[in-house]
Amino acid sequence: MTRVLELSGITKRFGATLANDAVSLHLERGEIVALLGENGAGKTTLMSILFGHYTADAGTVRVEGEVLPPGHPRAAIRAGVGMVHQHFALAANLTVLDNVMTGTEPLWRLRSDRSGARARLAALAERFGLRVDPDARVSDLSVGERQRVEILKALYNDASILILDEPTAVLTTQEAERLFATLRDMAAKGLSLIFISHKLHEVMSASDRVVVLRGGRVVAERATRETSREELAELMVGRAVDRPVRPPATPGPVLLQARDVAVAGKGGASLKGVDFALRAGETLGIIGVSGNGQTTLAEVVSGVLAPAAGTLTVRGAPLASGVRAAIAAGIGRIPEDRHAEGVLGDMTTWENVVLERIWSPEFSRRGVVRRGAARAAAARILGDYDVRGAQVDGRVRLLSGGNMQKLILGRVLEAAPDILVAAQPSRGLDEGAIAGVHRRLIEARARGAGVLLISEDLDEVIALADRIRAIVGGRLSPAIPAERADARLLGLMMAGDWRAAEGIAAGAEGEAHAL
Amino acid sequence: MRFERRERPSAALTLLAPLGAIGAALALAGALIATAGANVAEAFGLILQGALGSRLGITETLTRATPLILTGLAAAVAFRARLWNIGGEGQFYMGALAVSAFGLVPGLAAAPAPVAVLACLVAGALAGMALLLVPVTLKLRFGTDEVVTTLLLNFVAILFVSMMIEGALRDPLAFGWPQSVPVPDVALLPQLVERSRLHAGLLIALAMAVAVWWLQERTVFGMRARAAGLNARAAAFAGVPLGRTLVLVGCLSGGLAGLAGAIEVMGVKGYVTTDLSPNYGYSGIVIAMLAALHPIGVIGAALFSAVIFVGADSMSRALGVPSYIADVTVALSLLTMLVALFLVQFRVRR
Amino acid sequence: MSVLLDILASVGLWEAVLRIATPLILGTLGVLLCERVGVLNLGIEGIMAFGAMIGWLTVYSGGDLWAGIAAAAACGAAFGLLHALMTVPLGLSQHVTGLGITLFASSVAYYIFRLAVPTASSPPTVEPFRPLPVPMLSDIPFFGPVLFTQTAPTYLALVLVAILAFVLYRTPLGLAIRMTGENPHAVEAQGIDPILVRIGTIMAGSALMGVAGAFLTLAAFNSFFPTMVQGRGWICIALVVFALWRPGRALLGAVLFAFFDAFQLRLQTAVDGVPYQLFLMLPYLLSILALVVMAQRARVPQALMQPYRRGER
Repeated sequence: MTRVLELSGITKRFGATLANDAVSLHLERGEIVALLGENGAGKTTLMSILFGHYTADAGTVRVEGEVLPPGHPRAAIRAGVGMVHQHFALAANLTVLDNVMTGTEPLWRLRSDRSGARARLAALAERFGLRVDPDARVSDLSVGERQRVEILKALYNDASILILDEPTAVLTTQEAERLFATLRDMAAKGLSLIFISHKLHEVMSASDRVVVLRGGRVVAERATRETSREELAELMVGRAVDRPVRPPATPGPVLLQARDVAVAGKGGASLKGVDFALRAGETLGIIGVSGNGQTTLAEVVSGVLAPAAGTLTVRGAPLASGVRAAIAAGIGRIPEDRHAEGVLGDMTTWENVVLERIWSPEFSRRGVVRRGAARAAAARILGDYDVRGAQVDGRVRLLSGGNMQKLILGRVLEAAPDILVAAQPSRGLDEGAIAGVHRRLIEARARGAGVLLISEDLDEVIALADRIRAIVGGRLSPAIPAERADARLLGLMMAGDWRAAEGIAAGAEGEAHAL
Repeated sequence: MRFERRERPSAALTLLAPLGAIGAALALAGALIATAGANVAEAFGLILQGALGSRLGITETLTRATPLILTGLAAAVAFRARLWNIGGEGQFYMGALAVSAFGLVPGLAAAPAPVAVLACLVAGALAGMALLLVPVTLKLRFGTDEVVTTLLLNFVAILFVSMMIEGALRDPLAFGWPQSVPVPDVALLPQLVERSRLHAGLLIALAMAVAVWWLQERTVFGMRARAAGLNARAAAFAGVPLGRTLVLVGCLSGGLAGLAGAIEVMGVKGYVTTDLSPNYGYSGIVIAMLAALHPIGVIGAALFSAVIFVGADSMSRALGVPSYIADVTVALSLLTMLVALFLVQFRVRR
Repeated sequence: MSVLLDILASVGLWEAVLRIATPLILGTLGVLLCERVGVLNLGIEGIMAFGAMIGWLTVYSGGDLWAGIAAAAACGAAFGLLHALMTVPLGLSQHVTGLGITLFASSVAYYIFRLAVPTASSPPTVEPFRPLPVPMLSDIPFFGPVLFTQTAPTYLALVLVAILAFVLYRTPLGLAIRMTGENPHAVEAQGIDPILVRIGTIMAGSALMGVAGAFLTLAAFNSFFPTMVQGRGWICIALVVFALWRPGRALLGAVLFAFFDAFQLRLQTAVDGVPYQLFLMLPYLLSILALVVMAQRARVPQALMQPYRRGER
């Protein structure tokens, strides 16, 4: 075997945090290496250094024995390194061919050779089984197709080393399987690949070797066939994960009922004929691959979007449209994107706490803010929910993700809502913060609230939900009891194959009637 | 070279940066004065002398600052909520024209002065509002970018003024000069200082600055407007009615610009011409930015601009340096201020 | 009715269309370049004023007409560089910076003009570009005078439309420009520095704005006076939206617009009893209308007004 890539002693510091600490890593020809680690372990930073987006504070990158000059993506491309980004680096308004061709010809050439490029792209697509229409506008492609364009782009640059950053984050189980088959085929044809992941099962099934990063350092390196999921889990987290234990559910009356709800959302994010019921004291989990309508569903229940058709009722009474009506009806809302929706980073903590309830007499009178009451409420939440590093009059932007989420949880739960909509509540948080969020959600359920948990993290849903539905193309699958869930069944549900789930749901319904 | 966001900008830097910006702008303006062959130190001395060195200078400066405070506030409240109202100039003229039209209302001349003044101020504000509500509506209804529509409406508004003062509102006693009928005496603003042009409009402008500050910092509307400007998506999630907030901000902003026009007519000119405003509306944008959109800061920024404008006029007469140097200085200070505010936020790394 | 028909039938109207359209074509192409690369350039109004002044001043002080055009282009590029440095590497507000550039460029233009001509009641004139009949073609009835008896800068503007369309859609550089306006991260990932692409393109676009201004003093009129740009820059910004960011449609938009402008000018004198100001408002109102209609279906460059900082997403 020949060593095609070698990173040695890579160190990178951002302000006070050490993102990479003397990381060394190598890759042989025809090999697939998985770079495993939690969010914030330094995987993406490492790959950005390799690709020249960042400059390392120390350490070198060698491709085929030659040192790459740091900080030059172009040099990395020329040396045959290709990167497939997690958020695709594509221009939606341009065609596939445009996207692939950008930067591949000398900038000052008088005329692009488009027909030559088209032929070359077709040949590559044929060779690796990555079929896609070169004249299609990227905005018209599915997520899977867009990923194919990203891979083709790298191959078109003559990449012999391919780096994939969380390639399955946006794919269904079935699409992911297909992707890994393609990657295998590429490795067999002499390409060398690194993929970044935090999903143990795909690391186990698709890699030859695993490098585990934790806290910016390489903590272990294993040949895949000599390790196990359990070992990797422990290496990755560094301690046994204790997810909270949840007491059995005691479902009460229906709190929230959706009947035939439809919304035309942006892109593929519409809802069609959505029916579900959420009972007091239970957690209903909604799983799905991102972009299938979960954002829209959360927005509808949160009062941000009004349904175009169908009805939402809370305790049998129709829910008026608007955020204020939703909050007044007792719906607490944890938004999907903390930074973009959950808080206003440049406003103070107290303003963030009271803004969504500013209309209540508690916080304003005749249009004038009751600052004393508002600041007192904020101070209470900072204490009760252990929000660290926050001051009542300080800006929220400086908080860490975990503390920001605590603040949001605090402002929502302080009002003791009957219904809690939690969209991706632990996305991007570290294990400790996740456990805290989960504890709060379980407490809310124990108190008798109905929790609608919308999450792409299957482990989270299995750990918290009593019943699980999948959302696919804006439609909801039948609900299965959480005890019956396993990875295969959930994968099928997320892929839109609901036959097994229907059987289980019918059975569960039968049992419920029998009781 | 790259820029890193400072986690906590230091207080000293925050205070010094605007001063540095003004200093840089003055230095650059000085270079231009030098190219005109004048002695730079002497020129700046004459500017200060002209604006602040005499009773007449000071009252003129304050008179000049009055409309600038109001147009500055108009821009600041709009920009805070990310409503790019560049139409202050047109709204100013609509406010002025409304006062002159209102003067024709029978009975106004016989009304008690406070009633007449108040009615005219309200009419001016409403006219400014009305003009801004057009682009705001287009933005909400069709997603039309308000920057260009407000800019274009400035030209429409001035042509409209021109049409009216040559038509329905023409002063027949003005010997053919296109100017509007004069405002009735009862609706004129009282003088503040004897033998000067300084009028009670200054007090109104100062009161408005405080009122805007209170609205922004203490009321639900102000909080919502700020939220909408900082992050519309998060504001919508928190239940801020974006459309209604934008309309209210538009009313406030257009109203303030209209009020500026009304006050200029009622306090200084007494009638409307198409050269009533030496770009008060556009200068308001600069002033708002110099004040970092803070309503109280607007007062200081407006005074600074007024000093430059009034001082440059008298310096120009003495040294023959074109008085456009004032516009250059003010525009330069906007650009240097932008860079200074950036340097407060970011640090430069190798 | 017959008045309208008379105006429409007059060769003078149609001759004027391309002349009125030329600064709009140049300015719109300039804005289009800037926006295609992802940056709004509200500096256009001031850059046109400066271009008009410097073009005039160059010729007035003995320079060649083309030297005047070149000076305007160079100064336009310089203001473009200033705008680019502030909005691209520093990522400052494109709205406010652009307005600042407009205020700065126009006031400096008036300042320099007053330095050059301290006390003239009527602005001094220069000998402008003369119409340049194209041999043979200019003899064609109607079309000859309308299309082929224009000044050299008008021909230049028309050629530039074709060149720009070719560069944008048929060359690697054009693809890099379009891609930078859509997704600068994608450009960076392909090893091209989006910041340099932006700066260079904004300079080129601003140079065109400068030339647009110079056309006013060196071909359309023969002298400079403050406020002569009269919102033409803002109209160009509206025209780019109307053009859906395509050079060919920019030409169409500018010509359509110029047609209405020429038409209303003639209508003013032909129709009695309607205040002339109403006619003068038409161009501005039409621009607003164009914005409203086209804003609905515009495929806006995705990265327009999105500052790009390396390593941030």
